[in-house]
Amino acid sequence: MLLDIANLSKRFSSGGRDVAALNDVSLTLPPGETLGLVGASGSGKSTLARILLRLTSADAGSIRFEGKDWLALSGAELRRRRAKMQMVFQDVLGAFNPRATVASVLGDPLRIHDIVPKVERPREIATLLERVGLPASYASRSIREVSGGQRQRIAIARAIATRPSLIVLDEAVSALDVSIRGKILELLVELQQERGIACLFVSHDLAVLRAVSHRIAVMEAGRLVEIASARQVIENPQSSAARALIAAVPRLVTGMPERPHHDV
Amino acid sequence: MRRIRNLMKTPEGMAGFGILATLILVALFAPVLSPGDPLRIAGDPLLAPFVDPAFPLGTDRLGRDVLAGIIHGTRTSLAVGIAAAIAAIAIGLCVGLAAGFAGGLVEEALMRVIDAFQIVPSFLLALAFVSVIGASVPVVVLAIALGAWADPARLTRAQVLSIRERDYVAAARVIGMHPVEIAWKEILPNALPPVLALSAIIVAAAILTEAALSFLGLGDPNIVTWGSMIAEGRNVLRSSPSLSIFPGIALVVTVIGVYLLSEGFGKTLAGSEA
Repeated sequence: MLLDIANLSKRFSSGGRDVAALNDVSLTLPPGETLGLVGASGSGKSTLARILLRLTSADAGSIRFEGKDWLALSGAELRRRRAKMQMVFQDVLGAFNPRATVASVLGDPLRIHDIVPKVERPREIATLLERVGLPASYASRSIREVSGGQRQRIAIARAIATRPSLIVLDEAVSALDVSIRGKILELLVELQQERGIACLFVSHDLAVLRAVSHRIAVMEAGRLVEIASARQVIENPQSSAARALIAAVPRLVTGMPERPHHDV
Repeated sequence: MRRIRNLMKTPEGMAGFGILATLILVALFAPVLSPGDPLRIAGDPLLAPFVDPAFPLGTDRLGRDVLAGIIHGTRTSLAVGIAAAIAAIAIGLCVGLAAGFAGGLVEEALMRVIDAFQIVPSFLLALAFVSVIGASVPVVVLAIALGAWADPARLTRAQVLSIRERDYVAAARVIGMHPVEIAWKEILPNALPPVLALSAIIVAAAILTEAALSFLGLGDPNIVTWGSMIAEGRNVLRSSPSLSIFPGIALVVTVIGVYLLSEGFGKTLAGSEA
């Protein structure tokens, strides 16, 4: 297994109330697989993503990533191994330092993890940009001069720059225009097949997850209530949370085209 | 450069910039505009203003040229004001950054120190400091900075606390950036603009504090300052009020200029963040 999450728990106390954001969550993810993580807002799916990226601490439970105890890592060792797990954020505006240029956004991970020698960095940046469907000339632009959809392409380029084995996408297409959303999803599936990167795709939108996921996990109030193949979850949901999410997307059950080619 | 062009688009910014640019030129070229020691006795005592073309603003009780005093006083006021503001902001930035990053006990301790400095009236602090150590320009600068660094420190900490939670800082952590690099490259540049906008207010306050200190005779006695000129004129306030009024006007114009500039900066900053 690439990723093995066991009995993960996290509580937040807000305004005197103690809320369980994650309650005894366990799941596994083999290399190269895309797992969709779906749930209503407040179900704990973003908390899970942030704990996975070591942006928040967990209260209990363990995570094994690439065979190592991921939660025990710290300092320089953690920073070095972060290269293998990357993230794409929801907010295409907030995910970049407003002072950054496209070249510095992509150059930073290349420099920090010494992916390519310094002289080859501009060429690597150009290659990354072209891979996500942007002209290499974008490198010199300020991040402010780039549109939302293009920024998300740059965020994806940043995520693949360190050659990770897992990418966590937190509502990565929710903020995008519907017309752009499809193209970004196509790009993600393409990259995932080409490089064998595993993805944890967090979304509240089952239609998006159906398009990209091998398996889908359903969360409700901090618990994992259902995990099965994408087809099974959508055609034969077992939990009331899954049924509610499907009911919220009526076009799903009234004849969307079959999910393309990359079934398990 | 773009900042300055934007600044010039607001009327406040343009007026403030004009006033301050003129004052800086006057300060720089003071020896040319009014050669010689401004403290020397140049003519008859207590000449009225607008009478003798050699002394357009008249002379004081000792026969010193008031115009020369005002021209040379610009140097002290601007130099002390700007130096004190730079010192205050440098201290404030360091303490605020440290408090915002460290969190926990270190933050608590630093914040209580900041509280202590904010509680003591800054003028009283400067007064005590200069009285104990003695009046010279560096001591006056330090004394003013000591009473002014708490505000920028508080603001910097608030900025750091808010920026530290932004997604781009999380993104920097995810790519494995070192915390020191995150502080310098991701957080500090974005925390700076509001703190810099505050700097104009600190400059204005510093100029007023310096004038007040020299009014009380705690300025450097070897250089002419507007505050000491006003104090000197106070003795003959009934017969020759102009001796106090002219340096007073200079002081008011300078402070208004600084405030207008800060107002302009505030507007351009608000515009660029939207």
